[in-house]
Amino acid sequence: MKVRIILQLLSIVVGAAAAVPANAGTLDVVKAKGFIQCGVAPGLIGFAFPDGTNNWSGLEVDFCRALASAIFNDPQKVKFIPLSAKERFTALQSGEVDLLSRSTTWTMSRDTALGLRFAGTFYYDGQGLMVKKSLGVDSALKLDGATVCTLTGTTNELNISDYFKANSMKYQVVAFEKDAEARKAYDEERCDVLTNDQSSLYAARLQFQNPDESLVLPEIISKEPLGPVVRQGDDGWFDVVKWTYFALLNAEELGVTSKNVEEMRSTNNPEILRLLGTKNADGSAAGFGTGIGLSEDWVVQILRNVGNYGEIFERNVGLDTPLKIARGKNALWKDGGLQYAPPIR
Amino acid sequence: MTVDVEPRGRFSKFSWANPKFRSFVVQAALLLLLLLSFLEIWRNTLSNLESRNIASGFDFLSKSAGFDIVQSLIPFTSDSSYGRAIAAGFLNTILVASLGIIAATVIGFTVGIMRLSKNWLASRVAAFYIEFFRNIPLLLQIFIFYTVVLKGLPSAKQAFHFGNTAFLSNRGLVFPQPLFGEGAWLGIAGLAVALLAAWALLGWANARQARTGRAIPVSVISLGLIVTLPLGGLAIGGFPVMWDFPELKGFNFAGGVTVIPEFLALFGALAVYGGAFIAETVRSGVQAVSPGQIEAARSLGLHQGSTLRLVVIPQAMRVVIPPLAGHYLNLTKNSTLAVAIGYPDLVALGGTVLNQTNQAVEIVGIWMIIYLTLSLVTSAFMNWFNSRMRMVER
Amino acid sequence: MRLEDAPALPPPSNTVGFRGWLLKNLFSSVWDSLLTLVFGLFILWALLNMVNWAVINATWTGENRDACIWEGAGACWPFVVAKFPQWIYGFYPGDQRWRISVCLIVGAIALAAMLVPAVPFKKWNAIFLLFFYPQLTIVLLSGGNFSFDATTYAAIIFLIIVSIAARQLSDHVAIPISCGWGIVFAAMLVVMLTLDFDFGLAPVETRQWGGLTLTLVISVSGIVASLPLGILLALGRQSNMPVVRHISVIFIEFWRGVPLITVLFMSSVMLPLFLPEDVSFDKLLRAMIGTIIVSSAYMAEVVRGGLQAIPKGQFEAARALGLSYWQMVGKIILPQALRISTPNIVSIFIGLFKDTTLVSIIGLFDLLGIVEAGFADPEWASPNSSSTGYFSAAVIFWIVCIAMSRYSIYIERRLATGYKR
Repeated sequence: MKVRIILQLLSIVVGAAAAVPANAGTLDVVKAKGFIQCGVAPGLIGFAFPDGTNNWSGLEVDFCRALASAIFNDPQKVKFIPLSAKERFTALQSGEVDLLSRSTTWTMSRDTALGLRFAGTFYYDGQGLMVKKSLGVDSALKLDGATVCTLTGTTNELNISDYFKANSMKYQVVAFEKDAEARKAYDEERCDVLTNDQSSLYAARLQFQNPDESLVLPEIISKEPLGPVVRQGDDGWFDVVKWTYFALLNAEELGVTSKNVEEMRSTNNPEILRLLGTKNADGSAAGFGTGIGLSEDWVVQILRNVGNYGEIFERNVGLDTPLKIARGKNALWKDGGLQYAPPIR
Repeated sequence: MTVDVEPRGRFSKFSWANPKFRSFVVQAALLLLLLLSFLEIWRNTLSNLESRNIASGFDFLSKSAGFDIVQSLIPFTSDSSYGRAIAAGFLNTILVASLGIIAATVIGFTVGIMRLSKNWLASRVAAFYIEFFRNIPLLLQIFIFYTVVLKGLPSAKQAFHFGNTAFLSNRGLVFPQPLFGEGAWLGIAGLAVALLAAWALLGWANARQARTGRAIPVSVISLGLIVTLPLGGLAIGGFPVMWDFPELKGFNFAGGVTVIPEFLALFGALAVYGGAFIAETVRSGVQAVSPGQIEAARSLGLHQGSTLRLVVIPQAMRVVIPPLAGHYLNLTKNSTLAVAIGYPDLVALGGTVLNQTNQAVEIVGIWMIIYLTLSLVTSAFMNWFNSRMRMVER
Repeated sequence: MRLEDAPALPPPSNTVGFRGWLLKNLFSSVWDSLLTLVFGLFILWALLNMVNWAVINATWTGENRDACIWEGAGACWPFVVAKFPQWIYGFYPGDQRWRISVCLIVGAIALAAMLVPAVPFKKWNAIFLLFFYPQLTIVLLSGGNFSFDATTYAAIIFLIIVSIAARQLSDHVAIPISCGWGIVFAAMLVVMLTLDFDFGLAPVETRQWGGLTLTLVISVSGIVASLPLGILLALGRQSNMPVVRHISVIFIEFWRGVPLITVLFMSSVMLPLFLPEDVSFDKLLRAMIGTIIVSSAYMAEVVRGGLQAIPKGQFEAARALGLSYWQMVGKIILPQALRISTPNIVSIFIGLFKDTTLVSIIGLFDLLGIVEAGFADPEWASPNSSSTGYFSAAVIFWIVCIAMSRYSIYIERRLATGYKR
């Protein structure tokens, strides 16, 4: 009898430990908790950078703000969680963040073997090389024998090896855990070359003591399509993230901006009307927003709070910012770029 | 502390008041609980790995790594496998830990004995060294050493040079590499013969001293043998040694052996930090030797040096060795801080592999097994050494 | 014939006074003098360089990096002045920093009263420090208002009821369950209610904690949590139940054998895999679990040392008096063992305080992490910022560690006299 009591107590303890919580969709979880947890780069000017009061800004930050606007109509309902290259996938997989908007390159192995889903290419980048002007090097092909600083666990570390091998040059690589350490080592001349995605190099350069001493070489040695990433196996959330990105592009393509969004609601262009969630001719709702679990004027909320893709780009990294990055490949397809969104229909 | 008193009779076999039954139930319950929690962890891990589509197993070890390593003791290119990358990291760990242990021991014994010096200034300097370096986090010291190495040393073009053969710059220390040609085995054979001869000489000299009381300068003769015999061997072979001299080419030095700055910084910090702890151990060990022993040795006519070497240190070692083993283990474990400055040790390279493959469980498992083995091997060796050093009591 | 002693002659002039001291301690032989000279010159050289860098050539005032960039510039103190609040408070919101200050001041006062032997009310102080102070800190730092769900409350209330019922039952079935468990669970309920209560404080995420605050949070919680765990493990290692003994030995030796950084990586990368899906821990909590596990293994060895120092007669006498195992341990053995182990527990704390810097590798901003983060600020990027920052961090760590190690030596002396008498 005494044994039975003990066994019963044990089974209660074990039962409590073994209880598995029910699996809810990320969108519902996000709505329930009232904010998005967004994994970002820990301090990259123009892409994700906190000011003194922990107020984040940047291209990748604005994507999360657009998402928050679509869901909550409030761009402030985001918590930004800075993640290192090493932590990012674990953080996403364990649910510490709801999505990554963090300079993450879309590769086949990540897409297939890591249980991730890339929602699109928010920024077309390529790996670049930065050197001190004093070296007198103007091309990456003159870097035979150089020492290169990079980050561990990135695609950069693999690409640089491929590049030097393909051009039969010798090099030495020093791989750091953190971006700040790699930059510091380059700044203190441990390496001749700092390699990273070109956008990151421009951002890093702004943080040096003397930005003018360094020069980003013209060669782009790899394709680095960067975009928001979500967990595999939650199609609803994947759709919300993917179509937020497409909505930003479509808005730019159709000329809808944060300034004219209210006027545009009374336009005759059916394509714009579908985008802005205005009613059908017969008065029924078009149902694009509600179809993915959002409100009907989700795009209006995005545009009102954050603006379209072009506005986000120009505001954070464009020609009027210290980064001075031209649209280039990130221009819309009709302007000769690669940004192309399927229609809302 | 095993003082459970066995009660007699009165209790039924399965009564809670029966200590045997009670201890059986407690142990069974604990074991069951442990087993169930492991099972739960196992189940969670499997289902997590599956739902996240992460591969498991050790197949990745034979896949091509695709990255390069700045310092490797075994040939490594980006075509080599992940397994080889981990092996290279392991060897780098062994390299920095073993050299660090040697340097820390030398520093520790020097400073520890200096601490007890009659010279007030020397003693104070040693005390300051111990108190200063023991009380600053190792990671901070590593950063400071790294900054000193990078900022304090000139660039490759203005490197300090030693007769244009070895160079010291913020790219590290570069020195010529000997390339042994045919007939180099004669030199190695010479060294082997010299070592054997020195060993035999020591035994003979000790026996002779015990018999006649007369000593001969064993160390000088041994040193002479060890220097001349290998050189003689090489001379017979016609000096088949080529030197690969480093040379400044383009960005950096080509040829020779390069000791990277990350190694210098990590090694320096480990040696200095470990040395401070060992010094304190040595001090307390020496102080544990009764002053009567020293006075007796001096009155037998032994010099101060001989007293130290023959009387004080052997006795102090008995006190010093057990904590010394702990310091060596700590130093080996502390070498993992390499990851902070990009020295490619086991943890840093394992981390890179983890990043590329995402197989966290396997990599962390490899780390744990290797470090546990290193710990066990070190403590086994130190136990053996301790039993050798133990005073033979009659 | 002289009947009285000759008057004592003064000691030779070269053995007394300053000159005597010099001759004895610095210049007793040629070799000694040489040593003195070498060390003297070295000290002089080091001091001169130090003073030059830190005082004479240093920059003392300035608004940004421009003040610190000039030919031959030494330390850049304005950088430290500008970043100092961040080093202490981390990224904690400016208007909420008083909460950290309150915690620090209350903790410092209570701890000082605990450490100085002359101050009375040690027992109450200990209860405050170990039970109420942690709650106060958690509520103040995080903002409280944890909102535990109903199941957790139901579980704890259920456990209280079970304990009380078992106590009633124990008279019948001869299972001596003390009311201790009921008290423990009731205390847990009180703690939960406190943490759940809305004090109207703005919530501050652990992500915003940093600097010295975070270093203290991790190291103090590490030592407080590892003490009971370490005691249990040490008792387990000495137990006469083979299963308990082996589990304890394996646990202790495993965690002592692996480097802390791999444990931190494990807790940050692997812990999420071990837990059921959708359950995720705070990053800080994960790091804290790692440090607590490792330090409890070290703590166990220290407590074991204390246990072994207690004469066997104490155990036998306690059992002879009819005390149960836990009564013997709690009333006779532990009070003595912990007293003996105090200096070593302080050393563990010093080690933990220093090792907390490792969390900067896994991306938390402890004191060292935040100092490093400051170097990336373009506003303050000057050639001397990093050396000044490292220097200041080293000074802060050194002062804290040396103070603790002096205290542990002082305690050791006090204890030693106690036992000699």
